[in-house]
Amino acid sequence: MTAVVSAQNLGLTFKTNDGDVVALSDVNLTIDKGEFVSFIGPSGCGKTTFLRTIADLEQPTSGTLTINGQSPENARKDRAYGYVFQAPALYPWRTIEKNIALPLEIMGHSKSQQAERVKRTMDLVNLSGFEKKYPWQLSGGMQQRASIARALAFDADLLLMDEPFGALDEIVRDHLNSELLKLWDRTKKTICFVTHSIPEAVFLSTKIVVMSPRPGRVTDIIESNLPRERPLDIRETPEFLAIAARVRDGLRAGHSYDEDHI
Amino acid sequence: MSQLQFFLALVAGGLSAAAFALSVVTPFEQGLLLKAFLALGFMSLIRFFLPLGLWADAALALLGAVALLTTIGAFGPTPAFFWMALVGAWLFSWLFVERLSKALAPRLSDNAGLGLLIPMVFGMALLVIWEVVTRGANVPPVLLPAPSMIGAQLANSAPILWADFVQTFIKSVLPGYAIGCLSGLVVAILVDRSPFLKAGLLPIGNFMSALPIIGIAPIMVMWFGFDWQSKAAVVVAMTFFPMLVNTVAGLNASSAIERDLMATYAADYWQTLMKLRLPAAGPFIFNALKINSTLALIGAIVAEFFGTPIVGMGFRISTGVGRLAIDLVWAEIAVAAVAGSAFYGVIALIERGVTFWHPSVRGGRA
Repeated sequence: MTAVVSAQNLGLTFKTNDGDVVALSDVNLTIDKGEFVSFIGPSGCGKTTFLRTIADLEQPTSGTLTINGQSPENARKDRAYGYVFQAPALYPWRTIEKNIALPLEIMGHSKSQQAERVKRTMDLVNLSGFEKKYPWQLSGGMQQRASIARALAFDADLLLMDEPFGALDEIVRDHLNSELLKLWDRTKKTICFVTHSIPEAVFLSTKIVVMSPRPGRVTDIIESNLPRERPLDIRETPEFLAIAARVRDGLRAGHSYDEDHI
Repeated sequence: MSQLQFFLALVAGGLSAAAFALSVVTPFEQGLLLKAFLALGFMSLIRFFLPLGLWADAALALLGAVALLTTIGAFGPTPAFFWMALVGAWLFSWLFVERLSKALAPRLSDNAGLGLLIPMVFGMALLVIWEVVTRGANVPPVLLPAPSMIGAQLANSAPILWADFVQTFIKSVLPGYAIGCLSGLVVAILVDRSPFLKAGLLPIGNFMSALPIIGIAPIMVMWFGFDWQSKAAVVVAMTFFPMLVNTVAGLNASSAIERDLMATYAADYWQTLMKLRLPAAGPFIFNALKINSTLALIGAIVAEFFGTPIVGMGFRISTGVGRLAIDLVWAEIAVAAVAGSAFYGVIALIERGVTFWHPSVRGGRA
């Protein structure tokens, strides 16, 4: 198997007026093709920073990081990944289909190719029929689905998702989680998924990276042995609960529940 | 009936009754229409027993206006009940607008035409009061001419007013506005691109906006001559800065996530500018266009006070005041007000079409 993301001794320090903040320290991680990797940890543990570093939105200050064997900057210029942000960030002056076509316009796809890909990705996230709507006419869950469609439209093999369902209620979230799993199964993409919900991480992932703050670091990497096919009620099985317990232990070991840090 | 409506109805009816009582001492055939209005106004007090539709108030207000306008001067020195009738008619029109706006409130949001009705009634009432007061109280026309005099002047000097309009609005305002707004937009994009220009140009733009128009107008006349070119230059100087600062602010209006998104697509500077930052700056740019639409007209008119060929709205106003041709000055002011409002209205309409997505236009639907 080829490594999609490979980090060695990766570190990132932000310089602020109050002194240096170590956002990432000594991170070693390899993500293989087709994996679904969740990053979990309390706020300030560097999980979003790590995702942004993969996306070349932040630059590491030490160590090495390669995406598909190249530097993050070259990978970004190669359009190697699609990024889904915490907020949908759809442009309000564009209709849903125009929003999904945005990356295709920028990457210079032909009109007919744009139309075909927009249609395909909208089908993929079950948004057909809402092509001509504006983002502010849709619910939060539908907006986030549109933003996932936008990240899928140009068919990058790597999908980076930063708490995409964080602002949604639990019912919508469960629904979108199952849909995301189906989508991952169908498209065979590699997915990096940031979350702060233990059940969400265990339900979705083949690998769970537990992180802890001050300094931001990886405390545990858990390989999940759950089957690829996962109905929602898998969350009551002993296997599921065992993994969830190990994640919780990992979070506790990282002192992330320390009284004086909360 | 709300408290305000109750009060308005009571005072309007009571005032009509008192004025009617005062008017019976005059010969019967004098000011018959006015007396009829007062009698009907008196009778409107019946509404406290039997409801009257809001159109009854409209009819009363209209009758009052017509009666007042036709009986000005019928009584020699204007009697007290005439002024009471004016106040009464005004109260009836107020009551009408009050009831109308309550009745229309649920339907206003989806019908813009109905929304125009209320300001129109309001404006008409203002004109009638102005006409009746200036003529009824024999206000010297030099202080304040009656609207009818201004209207007559508008009709009589239409060719002059049209020539002035062409000289000031078409030749000075429009080119100056276009050049000022466009250069403000372009410089804002340059300023945004380069930190050097931001440090150098923005303070100069600031400085230019602080220059008094009274000071630059004569200098522009020396530079560009007496004709419209110097006025257009003043307009450019006035409109440049609001567009510059608004656009610079607008270009930073897109959120960090929206810009990160463009970075993840490896979009270049121009793609980010055209597809994200300029559309996001739209509401700011239209604000500047609206502010400038009124500034430009003021600038051109004031600039014409400092040397001009013998045509132009500012020229006509400054010479009109000197010759005590005050009705012509007012006619010119009326033309300027209508042209300025229409200009603003057109820009505002375009804004609604272009920035339809902004919460301020789509009515806050999130």
